[in-house]
Amino acid sequence: MATESSYYVPEQSRLPIFATIGIFLMAFGAATWINGGSSYIFFAGSLAMATVLWFWFAAVIKENMQGLNSDQLKRSYVWGMGWFIFSEVMFFAAFFGALYYIRTFTLPWLGGEGDRGSSNMLWEGFQNTWPLMVTPEQAVSGDAAKVVGPKGIIDPWHLPLINTVLLLASSVTVHIAHVYLKKGNRKGFNWWLTATVALGGAFLFFQVEEYLEAYQHLGLTLESGIYGTTFFMLTGFHGMHVTLGTIMLLIMLLRSVIANHFKPDDHFGFEAASWYWHFVDVVWVGLFIFVYVLGA
Amino acid sequence: MGIKRLFAFLTLATIAPGVLAQETAQNVEGGAARWGVNMTQGVTEVSRTTYDLHMLIFWICVAIGVVVFGVMFYSMWRHRKSKGYEAAQFHESTLVELAWTIVPTLILIGMAIPATKTLYDIYDTKEADLDIMITGYQWKWKYDYMGSDVSFFSNLSTPQSQINNQQPKAANYLLEVDEPLVVPINKKIRFLITANDVIHAWWVPDLAVKKDAIPGFVNESWTRIEEPGIYRGQCAELCGKDHGFMPIVVKAVPEDEYHSWLSDRAAAAARIKELTNKTFTFDELYARGEEIYNSACVACHQAKGEGIPGTFPAIAGSKIATGPMDAHMSMVVDGSPSNPAMQAFGAQLSEVDLAAVITYQRSAFGNNMGDTVQPIDVLNFKNK
Amino acid sequence: MAHGPKPGFTRWLYTTNHKDIGSMYLWFSFAMFLLGGCMALVIRAELFQPGLQIVQPGFFNQMTTMHGLIMVFGAVMPAFVGLANWMVPMMIGAPDMALPRMNNWSFWILPFAFAMLTSTLFMEGGAPDFGWTFYAPLSTEYAPPSVTFFIFAVHIMGASSIMGAINIVATILNMRAPGMTLMKMPLFVWTWLITAYLLIAVMPVLAGVVTMMLMDIHFGTSFFSAAGGGDPVLFQHVFWFFGHPEVYIMILPAFGIVSAIIPTFARKPLFGYSSMVYATASIAFLSFIVWAHHMFTVGMPIAGELFFMYATMLIAVPTGVKVFNWVTTMFRGSMTFETPMLFSIAFVILFTIGGFSGLMLAIAPADFQYHDTYFVVAHFHYVLVPGAIFSITAGVYYWLPKWTGNMYNESMGKVHFWLAFVGLNVTFFPMHFVGLAGMPRRIPDYALQFADFNQIASVGAFLFGAAQILFLFNVIRTVRGGKKATDEVWENPEGLEWSVPSPAPYHTFSTPPVVR
Ligand code: HEA
Ligand code: HEA
Ligand code: HEC
Ligand code: CUA
Ligand SMILES: [Cu+2]
Repeated sequence: MATESSYYVPEQSRLPIFATIGIFLMAFGAATWINGGSSYIFFAGSLAMATVLWFWFAAVIKENMQGLNSDQLKRSYVWGMGWFIFSEVMFFAAFFGALYYIRTFTLPWLGGEGDRGSSNMLWEGFQNTWPLMVTPEQAVSGDAAKVVGPKGIIDPWHLPLINTVLLLASSVTVHIAHVYLKKGNRKGFNWWLTATVALGGAFLFFQVEEYLEAYQHLGLTLESGIYGTTFFMLTGFHGMHVTLGTIMLLIMLLRSVIANHFKPDDHFGFEAASWYWHFVDVVWVGLFIFVYVLGA
Repeated sequence: MGIKRLFAFLTLATIAPGVLAQETAQNVEGGAARWGVNMTQGVTEVSRTTYDLHMLIFWICVAIGVVVFGVMFYSMWRHRKSKGYEAAQFHESTLVELAWTIVPTLILIGMAIPATKTLYDIYDTKEADLDIMITGYQWKWKYDYMGSDVSFFSNLSTPQSQINNQQPKAANYLLEVDEPLVVPINKKIRFLITANDVIHAWWVPDLAVKKDAIPGFVNESWTRIEEPGIYRGQCAELCGKDHGFMPIVVKAVPEDEYHSWLSDRAAAAARIKELTNKTFTFDELYARGEEIYNSACVACHQAKGEGIPGTFPAIAGSKIATGPMDAHMSMVVDGSPSNPAMQAFGAQLSEVDLAAVITYQRSAFGNNMGDTVQPIDVLNFKNK
Repeated sequence: MAHGPKPGFTRWLYTTNHKDIGSMYLWFSFAMFLLGGCMALVIRAELFQPGLQIVQPGFFNQMTTMHGLIMVFGAVMPAFVGLANWMVPMMIGAPDMALPRMNNWSFWILPFAFAMLTSTLFMEGGAPDFGWTFYAPLSTEYAPPSVTFFIFAVHIMGASSIMGAINIVATILNMRAPGMTLMKMPLFVWTWLITAYLLIAVMPVLAGVVTMMLMDIHFGTSFFSAAGGGDPVLFQHVFWFFGHPEVYIMILPAFGIVSAIIPTFARKPLFGYSSMVYATASIAFLSFIVWAHHMFTVGMPIAGELFFMYATMLIAVPTGVKVFNWVTTMFRGSMTFETPMLFSIAFVILFTIGGFSGLMLAIAPADFQYHDTYFVVAHFHYVLVPGAIFSITAGVYYWLPKWTGNMYNESMGKVHFWLAFVGLNVTFFPMHFVGLAGMPRRIPDYALQFADFNQIASVGAFLFGAAQILFLFNVIRTVRGGKKATDEVWENPEGLEWSVPSPAPYHTFSTPPVVR
């Protein structure tokens, strides 16, 4: 692992400090907005952030095209992306862990089983079921309850199944695109990448369908007790990641189509996006099993 | 700074606190011993085993410390450059390193065995003679004697003036309540511990019982007290502003005394119930209300009804306390629909006390509504 | 690339240089240490006597909370990142950090995040008042409105930590000079590599748990509310899954610093280098499976209680290995006692004492008596103040001549040490006593029998604080000038950083050194 003497250390840069201001405005603005204030700060921050990211990536791309990036520096980007994805895995782990804990410990206890089963005396009549259709509060206060369980849940074998197929297929297509790129077949690359983005878009479309169904017909909402909570938080964060991944791939597509970026042996930007996509895919498989199938 | 002056300073710095403490310390009579440095041995078998366990680990640590620090000080003394000591160059020895991995492991196993035994003992809540339900509220405890009608709240009884240094502090400053938990000795008492709002923890050192009170869940714990006496403890989980002001007092008495106390308590509760049908004058209600206010409401709404801006609204000039009676009653009886900190007092206070405190709030602090609400009205409101 | 820094303040805003960024981290951390320390002084002043004198209970809780948060996230963590920035590239023969622009970004987020956090003190309803552990539902349903700002501040400082950690991992794994194999890396680099993994693994979990809070507070979810099928204890599990590794994040780099300093002043190679590496890795691994020792009283099933007790006790073994190795390094050395060495020796002794009380806490049945008392407060200040803070101080004294090219004032350093050493023990040792005697933590007022020791502790706190002024003064003087330091600074210290001139040039290794 030799350090080549040409490791490129960028000159001073304005990007990070603007990025800082962007992220700060986003955070501060989001807090203000959620607390009932105006949303302008948040949107100003988002705009700033998007602009900075644009210029930042442009700078990195330019440096790469100028040949400033040694193989070693490229490895730094590889490590960076790899560990970023690991941090994302841990973020999801927190929510999967919560789901596991609720199902294995909390609900049985509230339902009167196990070590803390006497908790059931506070929720007389409550029964541990999954999906949780009747919340503990509902079991006690009936219609007066504030947190009311859902009337129905999403059938895993309709939309979610379709989405599983779509997403798995998209992992394949992005891989094929990668193979074409490595072979130097630009046209093949563009087509397969287009297919991937389309599959991602379709997935999102069906997820929106599913959410509408849940909210409008099933009474399955964020507020419908722990089932709705875990369901929407897990699938919601996943959906946000799909959105981000789709945008990333779309940008890669545009870079390829419009600017002819990427070389058969030098295309880490695309590769990073495809890793991210595979990661999102794996999370979905977890969701499909633990949230949809084992949740029904 | 010269070395001499440094030493003078250091000596001063170490001695000063002691001197200061001697000068300003209050004379405490009847309170727990001052300068206490160790865990109590307590008055139950569990508390004694816990104490023994604590001392065992402590001495093991001390012994290890003596060896480790001994070697260290020895080489700091002997192996210094100023004494011309030449450094050796060894830097590895598998044998030694193996030894100091294995020996500590064995020591740890030695500690784990008694700890495991004690833990099993503490967890055995079966076959209790008596069940008491303990509920933590912001910032008081409620005790329910299961299987009887007796149930009451236990509030801090130290007056605000002592806390604010306007009066000398009594011996049991901050560790005294208006109504202690009374229990019989030599009986296995099971505690069912829960909370109404946030997490609290019920802790009495002499019983070696500390268990979190978690809203929505019931935790179990038990004790068997061997000596009559008064045992004091405190809430041991941060539960908001007055976390430091929700003490616990347990009064352990012989069994027959306990039974007569229990029946007295039940009779008193019945008398209060009878009062529900009585009609009170404004002055009676106002006077009783003031008392209730100062025990149940003052923590949040403050002594002059001024509240704490941003957290707890003022009662003085409050729209609700100077508005329609029904809204006021609903706020106090059912709690706030939007802010859980304002609890449903309907379940905590008797109808008489509710009527009194509402009447009081409407005419105190410059709110001059002058109207009254009778206990029976409150009862009717509750039953609606 | 042989150019120096740009003049003017934009140098600091736009810099991509690891030394500039390292310095900014360190100064920021020191500022936060003073701020957090002032809050500690408010706490200690209120606790000087029984009764309420200076602050109201609500504000007291805000002070406790902000003190904990600022010290942990604002003082200790950034100081270690600052040291990593300065030293890791120099120690492994790299020209800079792997991702220099992101490095700048990671730093600058911090002042903004903490500005946001401290601004809550001025908001309606006050700052967060639910402890640095922010247990739900006190931090959700019952929290002041400023909790939303707290949540987002945690989010961005978490982003900063993750980026910083990724940068360090990439640097260490990718930028080592030829010949610098993993098992040749200085221990500071090793401990930081492992710390960085811990950070990447647990900061996202913290982000997850504050997100759950946000959803419960504003969007009607039921994570932490039994009424909807959730559980307040779930919060604690997720929090401590982050929180326990977090405390090792605050001590592993300290191990690295001390492992660099002790051999230098004992004039003897570090004893058991490879077992040090394995011990660090074991501690990191174990740190993931002990979290519920903070929750012995929540009413876990006994099997869980036992598992977490045993796992926690096990940590004493690898930690012991480290302590024994340090002691054996000193044994038959040829020791001198310059300021960095004094701080390091105090570290070994006092950290071990803190470790012992940690072990006592790990005994679940005994923890029923210790939990949430000042005994715990004594424990963690012993591992944090003479642990983390002393190691950072030692590191600063040790490397300051390399950074500035000037020697610090040795006698002032020694006075600083002795004042701090005495002050700290006077402050925190009595806390063991009041804790065992039954004083709960996080209370603004206490029963009379605790008065004496509290008074002593308060006096000690002011003494300890005053000592830090000497430190500040000494550092500023050294930055400004002073006796020139040689390139080696100390007698035959080990490490690449001593092979470059003092002060270290703006760009150190533009051509990689060869490591044999
Ligand atoms: C740098 C930070 C740091 C470090 C290193 C540690 C180290 C340890 N901690 Fe500590 N801890 C905290 C920071 C830290 N802790 C904080 C901040 C809290 C409170 C959080 C809050 O609630 O706010 C806390 C709380 C805390 C608790 C919860 C207490 C309670 O709330 O009831 C427990 C319980 O097990 C515990 C245990 C331990 C143990 C076993 C170690 C071990 O790693 C120690 C190991 C070291 C040694 C044992 C000494 C050296 C070893 C030898 C010389 C070998 C031979 C020894 C023997 C065989 C005995 N800690
Ligand atoms: C690394 C972390 C760290 C550090 C360094 C410290 C440092 C100190 N802490 Fe710490 N503390 C925590 C982490 C830390 N703490 C945590 C996590 C908690 C738990 C919070 C919670 O319960 O949620 C806590 C809680 C805590 C409590 C318990 C509060 C309570 O339970 O209510 C107390 C009480 O004495 C205390 C005291 C101190 C003191 C006196 C110092 C001193 O070492 C500080 C010294 C520094 C200064 C004094 C500032 C520098 C000097 C000046 C600005 C010059 C001016 C001063 C003079 C002239 C005197 N801390
Ligand atoms: C633990 C804190 C707490 C205690 C104790 C408490 N309150 Fe409150 N109270 C509140 C809070 C918080 C509100 C604000 C509720 C809201 O915004 O909906 C409130 C609101 C009120 C109001 C309405 C004021 C207004 O104008 O909005 C009345 C009346 C009231 N409380 C009466 C009482 C009475 C009577 C008691 C005692 C028997 C009491 N409170 C005890 C916290 C408390
Ligand atoms: Cu109740 Cu603390
Ligand atoms: Cu821990």
